[in-house]
Amino acid sequence: MSSPPGRRARLSSPGTGRSSSEAREELRRRLLGLIESNRVMIFSKSYCPHSARVKELFSSLGVECNILELDRVDDGANVQEVLSEITNQKTVPNIFVNKVHMGGCDQTFQAHQSGLLQKLLQEDAAYDYDLIVIGGGSGGLACAQEAAILGKKVMVLDFVVPSPQGMSWGLGGTCVNVGCVPKKLMHQAALLGQALSDARKFGWEYSQQVRHNWETMTEAIQNYIGSLNWGCRLSLREKAVAYVNSYGEFVEHHKIKATNRKGQETYYTAAKFVLATGERPRYLGIQGDKEYCITSDDLFSLPYCPGKTLVVGASYVGLECAGFLAGIGLDVTVMVRSVLLRGFDQEMAEKVGSYMEQHGVKFLRKFVPVMVQQLEKGSPGKLKVVAKSTEGPEAIEEVYNTVLLAIGRDSCTRKIGLEKIGVKINEKSGKIPVNDVEQTNVPYVYAVGDILEGKLELTPVAIQAGKLLARRLFAGHLEKCDYVNVPTTVFAPLEYGCCGLSEEKAIEVYKKENLEVYHTLFWPLEWTVAGRDNNTCYAKIICHKFNNYRVIGFHVLGPNAGEITQGFAAAMKCGLTKQLLDDTIGIHPTCGEVFTTLEITKSSGLDITQKGC
Amino acid sequence: MHQAALLGGMIRDATHYGWAIQPVLHDWGTMAEAVQNHVKSLNWGHRVQLQDRKVKYFNVKASFVNEHTVCSVAKDGKETLLSAEHIVIATGGRPRYPTHIEGALEYGITSDDIFWLKESPGKTLVVGASYVALECAGFLTGLGLDTTVMIRSIPLRGFDQQMSSLVTEYMASQGTQFLRGCTPSRVRRLPDGQLQVTWEDLTSGKEDVGTFNTVLWATGRIPETRSLNLEKAGVKINPNSQKILVDAQETTSVPHIYAIGDVAEGRPELTPTAVMAGKLLARRLCGQSSDVMDYDNVPTTVFTPLEYGCVGLSEEEAVARHGEEHVEVYHAYYKPLEFTVAQRDASQCYIKMVCLRKPPQLVLGLHFLGPNAGEVTQGFALGIKCGASYVQLMQTVGIHPTCAEEVAKLRISKRSGLDPTVTGC
Repeated sequence: MSSPPGRRARLSSPGTGRSSSEAREELRRRLLGLIESNRVMIFSKSYCPHSARVKELFSSLGVECNILELDRVDDGANVQEVLSEITNQKTVPNIFVNKVHMGGCDQTFQAHQSGLLQKLLQEDAAYDYDLIVIGGGSGGLACAQEAAILGKKVMVLDFVVPSPQGMSWGLGGTCVNVGCVPKKLMHQAALLGQALSDARKFGWEYSQQVRHNWETMTEAIQNYIGSLNWGCRLSLREKAVAYVNSYGEFVEHHKIKATNRKGQETYYTAAKFVLATGERPRYLGIQGDKEYCITSDDLFSLPYCPGKTLVVGASYVGLECAGFLAGIGLDVTVMVRSVLLRGFDQEMAEKVGSYMEQHGVKFLRKFVPVMVQQLEKGSPGKLKVVAKSTEGPEAIEEVYNTVLLAIGRDSCTRKIGLEKIGVKINEKSGKIPVNDVEQTNVPYVYAVGDILEGKLELTPVAIQAGKLLARRLFAGHLEKCDYVNVPTTVFAPLEYGCCGLSEEKAIEVYKKENLEVYHTLFWPLEWTVAGRDNNTCYAKIICHKFNNYRVIGFHVLGPNAGEITQGFAAAMKCGLTKQLLDDTIGIHPTCGEVFTTLEITKSSGLDITQKGC
Repeated sequence: MHQAALLGGMIRDATHYGWAIQPVLHDWGTMAEAVQNHVKSLNWGHRVQLQDRKVKYFNVKASFVNEHTVCSVAKDGKETLLSAEHIVIATGGRPRYPTHIEGALEYGITSDDIFWLKESPGKTLVVGASYVALECAGFLTGLGLDTTVMIRSIPLRGFDQQMSSLVTEYMASQGTQFLRGCTPSRVRRLPDGQLQVTWEDLTSGKEDVGTFNTVLWATGRIPETRSLNLEKAGVKINPNSQKILVDAQETTSVPHIYAIGDVAEGRPELTPTAVMAGKLLARRLCGQSSDVMDYDNVPTTVFTPLEYGCVGLSEEEAVARHGEEHVEVYHAYYKPLEFTVAQRDASQCYIKMVCLRKPPQLVLGLHFLGPNAGEVTQGFALGIKCGASYVQLMQTVGIHPTCAEEVAKLRISKRSGLDPTVTGC
């Protein structure tokens, strides 16, 4: 969620009138033309010693270069600016080899040493593909399809390594198979359980005993997922993207080895690569975890009802799973090492947790499991979990049918041969650092999605990044993926939607005295007749006092939080202020309208409980 | 009651999601009592709030004596004269009875009655095509009642007509029957207590007859101005609509008398606009601020079985104001994720964004048909208030998986003629 404060201003700076923006567009086209049509293109300054070294290098290799001396042309300053937009590099020399942005002097010499430069110069020895995408999830598919629409020859490699419990799935990645889609559907199943009990208050009469059947639900959900997998394949075929169900790893520059389920190996080459391998759930590294515990990779297609369940971890995955399991009537405990929903607004996170607690989910705070032991086999079996306190010597043990680990996810970046071509990863996290055009340190290798360092792990972000990347690579577009003010929603039993900064982060960035927080509790109309939880749903906005009370954080806890948050996120993109909220008419009766009548500031300490009308 | 009907749909969905549940029945009495209890608690809440803020509340009927004085008549007939420096008229409207139709008044009911019925209305004829008519018909159908809507001309006049058609199309698919181009001529009570309605088919000119348990008139509302003796204060009304003429400050033809809400001419008949207009007026009267109410871009939602939320201009209105060649409409047929497993038909789930064609394509109107339309529309209404362009909305990242994210993914223009159906991957 963090965002450098200066960035937005630069992106949304008004520009300098229509005619100059047209001229700029023209210049950009001219530069891209130069880059496209020359084997080596050097933007240089005649007096620059680094530029001179690069020119010498190419001439020693006997390679002809096209050189544009920025100090010798009229619009040199503009050229440099547009170049920096295209390449994110402000300095000269700025070097392109066979359309690939090399970088400056140092990078060129490094590439020469590693052999990459020579390889790029031989580019005429055509590659099999213009683009190979490794990973067929949201980001990878979006990028591949967009590139294919732009007329490029594209391949997608997708291979699901089975989970330790043996679960694997089809094309589409985490979101479709073991993420957003099945979890929202199971969340819906749980909401329907709540609706059934509400329905009695609204006059519906039905049998007293209502039971939930796990198999019916998972079968219906898996059937739908099957149709999505098929849809993804069809969509690739329609766009003539080659799809290979094999595990891809780099063997040398521009070349990967693809290994299929039978162990057959095939080699492919491409001019550009996009890494979109995503992440997989992390294990604890304790006795019995991989043998007996399951993760979100296994839960959604579990062939039997998990029964009494321990969820380890209070990430959004943990809370969402615990929430819907409890909602369909299971006995659920969440074991939390420290805080709920790390990275999210902690006041909101605590409210999400306390609603779950009121609705039957047990929380074991400040405990970590140390051992999982199987007592009985079965579907489900019986597992003994031993856990110890994080604060003292206390240890507890308890028997569960299922233990679900949701302690985080690891990037799939360590076994794809990145070291062979020198793509840098963060050794600790496994994440890949990229610049703001999703480029890794190896110029022809890009990355999108959950494996990016310091970016958001969200499907729509990966899709957006993938699409825009393809347009920049193959259509000369400039638009970059904007990672600021991205909205998201946690589909816990009471949904939590947010956009912008958490209160903690806002205070850290802007200081408490510069902020005003408006908040209120609210009671959805539908809940009144059902007699449900008054003073539970909560709305909060964080405004920057000295920037026209601009809304920098938006938080809502209530039914349909996702649907509510989306539009407000759009409004935040357009510069939402408190005044505009006040001036907007509510839609009555909805939950969203509460944001148009926020009056009480947190600093006032006034009561926000709801009474009457 | 809309929620009660939605819950009926959810019970049917629930079986697909693994809930083993026997066939269900709906009991009107239980629902009505619960809804009425909530409304009564709101009534009480209003009184308490007035008391808390030291507002004197009189349960009396008021009319003007002169421009600073009103005469109030209590239930026992006791008259009192009250005078004030400023007077605000906020008497609202009441449903119109088509008194020219024989039996309309004796046997028909209106939306003033339906929510207070102790017994189920049974087989119902709803006459009218306003949002009130469609909302009532929608929830009655949803509660399992045999429901027919009789429409003289077009549904949801004033709303985007493509959206209106989709609204009624969905209702028809859920079992609401429609009698189009028909107008009732008389209502009679049969010996068995049922109501026999005779109507004329305006296209064929033929008469037809049907029997119902309840006839609900939803043919419009009349402002409550007739018994106010407005002429004694000199407050002018529009003789056709009977509504009070006001300026941007909500002032009537008499400078210290104001009118807000449904009773004022040219105002949208919506609760939140009335609330805000009232608040702003009070602040102006107390000299706290000079802000006047902005009646443009007021969002609203019709709570029909498939909800319809909108803000800004309809496609027709946009074309009328700017010309077809200057308007670009982006649209999509989408399928809510929850519909898939429930095997619900999503043929009418549709979104349309009406924009100026010239870059950056300022958004003129947004129309959303689908579940939770009210919640979806609210935030986008703000965006439009902020002067959002199509380009800006498309830069907004979606929240997955929601219906609202489809709004941020509208890529197909009507002009392109491409298939606007959203596909899986």
